[in-house]
Amino acid sequence: MAEQVLNITNLSIDIPLSGDVLHAVDGISVSVNKGETLCIVGESGCGKSLTSLAIMDLLPQKAIRTVDKLELNGKSILNYSDREMSDVRGNKIGMIFQEPMTSLNPSFTVENQMIETLTRHRNITGNSAKKLAVEMLEKVGITPAKPRLKQYPHQLSGGLRQRVMIAMTLLCQPELIIADEPTTALDVTIQAQILELLKRLQSDFNTGLILITHDLGVVAKIADRVAVMYAGQIVEEGSVYEIFDDPSHPYTKGLLSCIPVPGKIKKGERLGSIPGMVPSLIGKFSECRFAGRWTVEPSKHDEKITTLIPIKGSKYEFSVDGTTNHIVRFCCKHCLERSKSKINKGVN
Amino acid sequence: MFFYAFKRSLLAILVALTVSMISFSLLYISSDPAIAMAGETASDADIEAIRELYGFDRSIVVQYLDWLKKAASGDLGKSYYFRTDVSHLIAERLPTTMTLGLCAIIFAIGLAVPLGVAAAIRPNSIIDRVALFLSVMGQALPSFWFALILIVLFSVNLRWLPVSGSDTWLHFVMPTIVLGYYAAPAIMRLTRTGMLEVLSTDYIRTARAKGLRPPVVLFKHALRNAIIPVVSLAAVQFGFMLGGSIVVETIFALHGAGFLAWESITRNDLPTVQGLILAFSLFYIILTLIADLINAWLDPRIRIS
Amino acid sequence: MTNLPQTTSNNPYPAGKGRILQHKGMMIGSLIVIFVMLLAILAPLIAPHDPYYQDLLNRLKPPVWDTRGSWDHILGTDHLGRDYLSRLIYGARISLLIGIGAAMISGIIGTFLGVMAGYFGGRVDMVVTFLITVRLSMPVVLVALAVVAIVGGSLQVVIAVLGLLLWDRFAVVMRSSTLQIRSMDYITAARAVGCSTARILMTEIMPNVVNNLIVIATLEIAHAIILEAALSFLGLGVQPPLPSWGLMVSEGKDMMLFEPWLITIPGVALFALVLSINLLGDGMRDVTAPENRN
Repeated sequence: MAEQVLNITNLSIDIPLSGDVLHAVDGISVSVNKGETLCIVGESGCGKSLTSLAIMDLLPQKAIRTVDKLELNGKSILNYSDREMSDVRGNKIGMIFQEPMTSLNPSFTVENQMIETLTRHRNITGNSAKKLAVEMLEKVGITPAKPRLKQYPHQLSGGLRQRVMIAMTLLCQPELIIADEPTTALDVTIQAQILELLKRLQSDFNTGLILITHDLGVVAKIADRVAVMYAGQIVEEGSVYEIFDDPSHPYTKGLLSCIPVPGKIKKGERLGSIPGMVPSLIGKFSECRFAGRWTVEPSKHDEKITTLIPIKGSKYEFSVDGTTNHIVRFCCKHCLERSKSKINKGVN
Repeated sequence: MFFYAFKRSLLAILVALTVSMISFSLLYISSDPAIAMAGETASDADIEAIRELYGFDRSIVVQYLDWLKKAASGDLGKSYYFRTDVSHLIAERLPTTMTLGLCAIIFAIGLAVPLGVAAAIRPNSIIDRVALFLSVMGQALPSFWFALILIVLFSVNLRWLPVSGSDTWLHFVMPTIVLGYYAAPAIMRLTRTGMLEVLSTDYIRTARAKGLRPPVVLFKHALRNAIIPVVSLAAVQFGFMLGGSIVVETIFALHGAGFLAWESITRNDLPTVQGLILAFSLFYIILTLIADLINAWLDPRIRIS
Repeated sequence: MTNLPQTTSNNPYPAGKGRILQHKGMMIGSLIVIFVMLLAILAPLIAPHDPYYQDLLNRLKPPVWDTRGSWDHILGTDHLGRDYLSRLIYGARISLLIGIGAAMISGIIGTFLGVMAGYFGGRVDMVVTFLITVRLSMPVVLVALAVVAIVGGSLQVVIAVLGLLLWDRFAVVMRSSTLQIRSMDYITAARAVGCSTARILMTEIMPNVVNNLIVIATLEIAHAIILEAALSFLGLGVQPPLPSWGLMVSEGKDMMLFEPWLITIPGVALFALVLSINLLGDGMRDVTAPENRN
């Protein structure tokens, strides 16, 4: 059994608005093992980014986080004070953001911004810190690294800045890296390089990686496990093979039907799409979260009937074909019927 | 950076020339200096004599160029009233005004920046509301009236501070407050919005995600960026303060350049008034030039380009 | 469909009645401004006495709340025995007249320059920006004092001088607003269908910058009022016997140690008027364009 780096159980994030509450994230649970890559996929506004900020305890001030369990390396960090949490951030958990153009402070050199992390968490200063920074820049493929140290962010290209961000994140060799759409703002060629780099460094340092993305291509390339998020909930979770080959939730099926796969789509057939918009998360749901979002006809090549086994206690949570890893969650009976799955009530 | 500084300096010189031209013509068009000098009882012949003696009969362009040439070499003419060199007069009075202005801007910044930062850290909190309240009040308070109230309160009733004069530092307390409070609201608001804006940027999120302590995030990463526009504003406000010094110095009988301005205006002492307008404008122009250069230096995006 | 995203109103100017009423500062401000305006307009009807009538036997009567005061002169009398309340009421006329007059002149100059700079850009913009810099370099109080001293202090002169000096903020704001709007698609569209420049300026640009214009005008009125008071206080603004509030403070100054209400009353009036105009202006900015708040 691989060692668990992060374990969150039943995380919810509520944002009070004037007179109402926005339920941005609604009871999700995820865990990441050492050396494992978990991809969280979903449309914009489904709560992916807030989830990552919640792990870091960096949510906006007015957001309210409720969580049953938040463990790092089996140790609960749930009740950590701000001070203790800041010892964890950048040290045990590193974070890479979407916008490399704006994520570095324009007023300070690369050197200054890298070394301050080392000074903060490792108490390393001066030349030894500089040496470490250079080494790390070289590791992320910035050569020669030395002249870059004296440069300001505006002198670097987007790809270089993201490499600097990654190097900065890796300086303290965190056990978990959270990358929030790290390649979205970059050119396609640079995207591939950065992903490659992340993957390589992750296996070098044996860190856990949570990659947040809306790009299923990225997921296919890098993920070990996938969690599909929709409207503040994880609707399906499983290994990358299980999700791609054997999607059980109609939403996952819909998502997958949107990517063009050579050979899979027949001539004249239309690429799938999901109609409608992400529902408002303000207030309580009175009906199905997917109302108005079903495609008229479920795509033809996905007529395989999966067997679902109810998980004890949860209303609409099922494991697919009895595996403990592949879990589907439906918000209501309607969705369950839509999934056209066979339910095996015998087990459990 | 060098090119930027060169360009910026050139602009400053151009502005200075234009200002000198406008103020020169403004005062000469609006009155006949010969009549003003001769006094009300003078005969026509006397006025004509003065006109010729001082060269007021020449065209205004010639007079301006003549004045400008002399001004460039530091000769601003002779004061009609004080009968001494204007440049000498101004040089004598300027240190008092500078001291006052410097105290006032330090007072304003010392009051406004911390308040603005505190308000931005917790928007809509009590501190924020108090800061907003103070700034709204401050902007509506007429400085001459505020000065009188302070005199009644601190000099007459409490007897803590001297009413007028410029002998000790105690004489500068009330003038500093009166001159400084008016600049504080603008600086406070700009600091607050600047900080609010910067605090919501991605690089502040990065700094926090790196686990940096809140004071480091706030004062190193945020304030450094938020302060850039505040530097410009403070320079502008400092320049405005010299103008405001007329009111304050007159009330507190502080013998600085502002007081000199009032003295010379009420006595129709045109060369002195002209010299003062030029001096104040030049000071403002140099100040904003320096502020822009400091800004360029603070902001590596301008410095290295 | 109950789950559709509940978008807020698409109206870009949600200046509904509700929001105006919710804005406490603006409510108080506009009430006081309306009150002072009514005082100014109806001054001859409201004022209990002739503001210029000197009654030397009844000099320096304290206000009614003082034990020596009487209801005949509610706010007392000044050093020449003139009724202070009447002078205060007539003073509102002068303050508002100068504030509005100066703001109108500077508004016309500043808007013209700003819109031109923003719309045409390039050289025009360079020249206007240069003019703004020049204007800002000139010390307002000093120049205004000097000109008023030379030309002579009358109401018209003070209005003209302040109007010619205070256009900078109009120009700056109008320039940036126009710049913002010029790049919008509907301006390009108007140009594409062949609208004349004048037509675009009047029918497309102006209606969209008018909100900002009104806000700046309000704040500049307050600015002009406070400057006029300062000039008059120094004896180089409105001349006696006109009842300018600044002048009243100046006249009461010599007696302030013995009769502090002489400066307190006109001072508070000035403070209250400027404060309410500022509150009104700030409120209007918050309501019409919250993003411009600063």
